[in-house]
Amino acid sequence: MLQTLGQLPIGWLLIAPLAAAGFFAFSFGRTEIGELSIGSTIGARLHSQPNYHGYFLAFCTILPAALVFLGYLIFSESFVRETLRSELPDYLLAQGPDQVSLFVERVARYIGNGPIDSTGNVLFDASVERYAVLKGQARLIAIMIAVIAAVGGFFLGRRPLNRSFPARTYVEQTITALLFVCAAIAIVTTVGIVLSLVYETVRFFSLPDGPGVFEFLFGTDWNAQTGQNFGAVPLFFGTLMIALLAMCVAVPVGLFSAIYLSEYASPRFRSWVKPILELLAGIPTVVYGFFAATLIAPLVRNLAQWINALPITPDNLLAAQPTNALAAGLVMGVMIIPFVSSLSDDVINAVPQPLRDGALAVGATQSETIKQIVLPAAFPGIVAAVLLAVSRAIGETMIVVMAAGGRALVTLDPTSDITTVTYQIVSLLTGDTAFDSAKTVSAFALGFALFGITLVFNVIALRVVKRYREAYD
Amino acid sequence: MRRRNQAERRFKLYGQIAIGIAVSFLAILLISISFRAASAFSRHMLVLDLEPAVLTEPSELAVTDLNLAVRAELMSQFPELSDDRVERAELYAMTPRLAVLPLLRELQEMTVPPQAPIAARLALSDDVNLYLKGEIKTHRTVPVGDAGRLARLSTGAYRLSDADQDNFIAFQDRLADPGAPSNDILISLSGALFELADTAGASLILNHLAGPVPALGEQASSPVNAIFLGSETADRPLSNRQIALLILMDDAGMIERRFNASLFTNADSTYPELAGAAAAIVGSLFTMLITAIFAIPVGIFAAIYLEEFAPKSRLTSVIEVNINNLAAVPSIIFGLLGAAVFLNTFDLPRSIPLVGGLVLGLLVLPTIIIASRAALRSVPPSMREAALGLGASKTQAVFHHVLPLAAPGILTGAIIAMARALGETAPLLLIGMVAFVSDVPTSPNDEATVLPVLIYKWFSGSERAWEPMTAAVIIILLTILIAMNLIAVLLRRRFERRW
Repeated sequence: MLQTLGQLPIGWLLIAPLAAAGFFAFSFGRTEIGELSIGSTIGARLHSQPNYHGYFLAFCTILPAALVFLGYLIFSESFVRETLRSELPDYLLAQGPDQVSLFVERVARYIGNGPIDSTGNVLFDASVERYAVLKGQARLIAIMIAVIAAVGGFFLGRRPLNRSFPARTYVEQTITALLFVCAAIAIVTTVGIVLSLVYETVRFFSLPDGPGVFEFLFGTDWNAQTGQNFGAVPLFFGTLMIALLAMCVAVPVGLFSAIYLSEYASPRFRSWVKPILELLAGIPTVVYGFFAATLIAPLVRNLAQWINALPITPDNLLAAQPTNALAAGLVMGVMIIPFVSSLSDDVINAVPQPLRDGALAVGATQSETIKQIVLPAAFPGIVAAVLLAVSRAIGETMIVVMAAGGRALVTLDPTSDITTVTYQIVSLLTGDTAFDSAKTVSAFALGFALFGITLVFNVIALRVVKRYREAYD
Repeated sequence: MRRRNQAERRFKLYGQIAIGIAVSFLAILLISISFRAASAFSRHMLVLDLEPAVLTEPSELAVTDLNLAVRAELMSQFPELSDDRVERAELYAMTPRLAVLPLLRELQEMTVPPQAPIAARLALSDDVNLYLKGEIKTHRTVPVGDAGRLARLSTGAYRLSDADQDNFIAFQDRLADPGAPSNDILISLSGALFELADTAGASLILNHLAGPVPALGEQASSPVNAIFLGSETADRPLSNRQIALLILMDDAGMIERRFNASLFTNADSTYPELAGAAAAIVGSLFTMLITAIFAIPVGIFAAIYLEEFAPKSRLTSVIEVNINNLAAVPSIIFGLLGAAVFLNTFDLPRSIPLVGGLVLGLLVLPTIIIASRAALRSVPPSMREAALGLGASKTQAVFHHVLPLAAPGILTGAIIAMARALGETAPLLLIGMVAFVSDVPTSPNDEATVLPVLIYKWFSGSERAWEPMTAAVIIILLTILIAMNLIAVLLRRRFERRW
């Protein structure tokens, strides 16, 4: 019985009874208060409309039960697994935490609907059965508490219902509180990111086979797949190099497009070209990656081989790898064009028209006005746009994963394959990973570094943009 | 003054060039991917009539049974290959073992064993498909003249002596020409195909490849054709015999080109010719469902709080700054968050749309909040004041009056955010959605993959046939994204209001 309960795909079935209970409570509260008011003497009016009494009762019923289910969703799985883990025989536990985690993971996955097929492995079969029973227990407890909470909430909420009860005030306070919780989720996300990154990073540096902080930040050997060398300098170098290549494309093209669109283009031209540029931002990065790897990278390679073959250059001047930094950088630059152009467009448009009129009036040509008046006035904003774009380039993942190769090298040759922080995070965390090895945890240390760097760029850029906006508004 | 005017023109030109670069890059990207994808949307199938005798009990059929039937049928079409195991292997290799799966499923549904021969359409192997689509150099047929005497030298080796034809001699001259491209040449003679091994004097030494060998001796002026394959066996995945078989099959009408429906109906497979995007499409659907259920209401409520209810306090401004920063955090960081919190701490299973959807929901939440706030802000304060003036409470004013007016703007923002979530890859790689999934998921709790991750996976496949398939999935994804963006633009146009 418990076992069957543990196997049911129950998550979605919980929502329906909850909604039904809420609806029942709502209509009950509304009718009851309606009946109260019918028999009343003239002049004794309801404080709140019947609907609000209905909402009040519905909230009283649903919210406690929903909290119980939320708690169940968050904690049940780890509770069940912990219990199962503690009951496993010693010889399995002796194989180390990695193996135990994998075993429990396999058990958890094996559960489908219907009867459990035997696999022939006695321990595995017993574990699957035990897992289902534990899960069933957890569910039974959760459902019982939820029912008690819902019924209790209903009766507690029903007691104060009378004509003068300020149901609306309570309902609106609850709604405001719910809205606040939603807004706070953003904060919770940030806190979650910071906490998980910090926690795993600290764990990484305290692992017996992990490196010291100094070795990580300044070491030049990166060999995380085998779990030996964790010197991240080649990664930081590769990231910066590709970001720089991308900026070489994105800044001139983006800036000049923005200048042309905001100062020269006719409204008609602008209304056509702007959406096209924005389309570049809407294309998924994995598509850019495919394009970079299948079209641009071979082109770069052929070009490099041609340069190598020139009589005036040494034959091994360029590495001419099939995946290379230049292809990734170029395509990433194109991807970032719309960021630079739309942000610069905004700041250029924010420059007050009288400044331009003044310059034109004293005889400057349009380009002179732009170069000597508009751009200097918009300069802080443009810097902010570039900073945001750099942060975007540093954090970009798919293009480098697909087109930049994975060798941890420090080289200035853009046709060599090169690796980045994001590439390493993906390659370290893809596939079945145990969260206990230095290899896996090192990805979080890299993520922490990435988060820190991009955060600094973003904060500076957003500050500048905000101050700039205030200056001209 | 002229210099200044020149500088003016030059400056303007820079702007035009910049826009030209951006636009032409977009065009190149779309066109090159469409070209690559074009060949994956159609495919060649092998049409065989299978004898019903082998299919006695449909419900107990297995892949092996059907494969035996397919092989028997192929053998009856090319009986001349039956003696040699290697030759048979070359024939069987043209269609993969699992190509019978769709037919098998169809047959298993039947209650009565079929009586008439079943027309089976089988996928050809990816190399054969590429060859037929002309991606590998295609052949060129040249008439050589009429045949003379055919003599047998040893097993499979024959000699075709000349028939005093000018063409024949000219052909031999061309073979002798040192400038002729080095490639393999097939010789066709009354329905049989040979490979040209050597020329000896005025006669050709031939190795038999496929097709019934004509009777030895004088060939009553049957035409001889030479087929230049344009490449050598070592340079291509298909052998000369396989190409000869293909030519014969094509002549016999056994090869059919049709729309590649399996791209939309099949789940993933390790064979490119059998793989499809159905599982990823459904996986994307479930993931987007979770993302929408989570992120859209929470985003709208957060925006309402910040825009309408929030007191001007320290906490509120912290939330605001925080949301703006969160919008610029690299997406892969959200993948790390998902791996650390959902997988490691909460022990949720890997690779499921539930976790993927939540991670993407957190990712697009700031976007939705920012767009919704902008939409709420554009509703003029007079609306709120009028509602409040008539005695509505703050909550009533917001939910009954402001929110409906801001709804089109909010919806537009939400659609654009969902489009972004649909194209996101990196965070999903970190929570294991890259696992190989051969079944179409049926709920958000099943292992699944999504379209962008499928693109990445197929891109990483080593066979050449993956490339057009990858491009085809990109086209599918881009079509969906463009449709979503169009809807957003239309919504904005339709409901845009200037106050």
